[in-house]
Amino acid sequence: MLKLVDAMGDACPIPVVKTKNAIKELDGAGVVETLVDNEIAVQNLTKMAQQKKYGVRSEKLGENQYRVIMTIGEAEGEADSSAVDLPDDAPVCIPDARKRSTVVVISSSCMGTGNDELGAVLMKGFIYALSQQEELPTTILFYNGGAKLTCEDAPTLEDLKSLEAQGVEILTCGTCLNHYGLTDKLQVGGVTNMYVIAEKMTQAGLIVKP
Amino acid sequence: MMSEKIVFCKGGGCTAKLGSGVLSRVLEKLPKGPLDEKLMVGYDSRDDAAVYRISNDTAIVQTLDFFPPMVDDPYTFGKIAAANALSDIYAMGGEVKTALNIVCFPENMDLNILGEIMRGGSEKVIEAGGILAGGHSIADSDVKYGLSVMGVIHPDRVLTNNNGHPGDKLILTKKLGVGIICTANRVGEASAEAMEEAIASMTTLNKYAAEICRKYDVHACTDVTGFSFLGHLHEMLDGRLACQIESAKVPVIEEAHHHADEFLLTAAGQRNRNHVGSHVTFKDISFSMEEILFDPQTSGGLLMAAAADEAEKLEAELRSAGMPARIVGTLTEKNDTEREIVVY
Repeated sequence: MLKLVDAMGDACPIPVVKTKNAIKELDGAGVVETLVDNEIAVQNLTKMAQQKKYGVRSEKLGENQYRVIMTIGEAEGEADSSAVDLPDDAPVCIPDARKRSTVVVISSSCMGTGNDELGAVLMKGFIYALSQQEELPTTILFYNGGAKLTCEDAPTLEDLKSLEAQGVEILTCGTCLNHYGLTDKLQVGGVTNMYVIAEKMTQAGLIVKP
Repeated sequence: MMSEKIVFCKGGGCTAKLGSGVLSRVLEKLPKGPLDEKLMVGYDSRDDAAVYRISNDTAIVQTLDFFPPMVDDPYTFGKIAAANALSDIYAMGGEVKTALNIVCFPENMDLNILGEIMRGGSEKVIEAGGILAGGHSIADSDVKYGLSVMGVIHPDRVLTNNNGHPGDKLILTKKLGVGIICTANRVGEASAEAMEEAIASMTTLNKYAAEICRKYDVHACTDVTGFSFLGHLHEMLDGRLACQIESAKVPVIEEAHHHADEFLLTAAGQRNRNHVGSHVTFKDISFSMEEILFDPQTSGGLLMAAAADEAEKLEAELRSAGMPARIVGTLTEKNDTEREIVVY
């Protein structure tokens, strides 16, 4: 059974309340699709589904339009695959795109070894290409020489800010910023420490290191 | 009457605040005029109010706060909005002198409602020992109310939010959970008792807590409002300190746990989680407690960092004055191996 909930224009917690009512009406297994107009509502709905152990996924349908699909009961957990038919070209919503938990690790301001001038150009190109991917990483970690890329005057700043605006977490190693005297120059994302770096890397589903 | 009430209250209070993540991106880009060394606290420090020294023994404390209603009763809303606006003066250690009304009100709405809001506000200004000296009103589609407040303080006694010392004890003077209770109330789920408790808490001036705190060796102070307990705590740590929070000690309006487990949560709460979540490690903390720690508070309590050897006496004096104050944690040296806030 499929229930549709229109929570466009509703402020939190109304989308959650409407979705809970729809789940109650299902009275058993089924799928509830909720339309909302902001990403925070997507996150609050996703949080509820995860606590309740429902299958959940979400997608961005357009500007200020998101769909959250919860699978309750027997079909639980299958929501990630094909519980609901969707057009293949449906743009993927940001929280969904980040779900695979890809962590990109940038440990140098250059990409590859051989020629550093070329390496810097390649790195700029890589960050740009990353920002254009359909599935964005959850987190990008910058350490050692990579720390320079999140600071003032770096050619990569615009693309990194665009990634951050799309919900990608950008973290630069504090010790490294300190070492290079860049502590006051950080322009994008937050400062982090080795504990978090180790945790992000060990918990990642996929690590990408150019 | 019922429908009118719903129009009046659309989920306001500090839940209506813009997220601090978005905000800091805008603030960082603002042009800055020439430095004035008399400005002791400006928004570079992300503190509660601005402090400007006008002579060797006087500094003025300036702040303003206004928001949409979070309760149905206009008189109560006026009291809460005023208590919330006045609170920033107390969080800096100051004394309230004058206040100006800030009003947004729909032209076609019953003016008696506005009268009730402003009556509540004036009562709180009088209780604070200040004078209501004027104001400004704008016709707007929704109701909003608050105050611009001016206070004074001795320049040597300014209580910033970021001067805590490692080893200091953290004391919180009001219960958390008012955001969740008001949200639950908006969808008809909160009990009358819980709502009453939340309202009593939100209408209580932080004046009394601040007066007691002045007698002790308190190094830093802030008030807990829209950015939640963890958000304001994060600002207090200032990238320089860390802390351990003992969740069992944190005062909470009990029913908030129940509503958090029913996901009656605000957008602002989730924004707070997005903004400060990566600085926090939760050790075996229930989902509802996490949410309460991220819950935006309207007119929340003071959060102080007090010298360890005086903290228990301060806690006892606050409690004997009728406040639900508790020592909730300890400031520590920042270290690179752990996140700055550990909640256990």
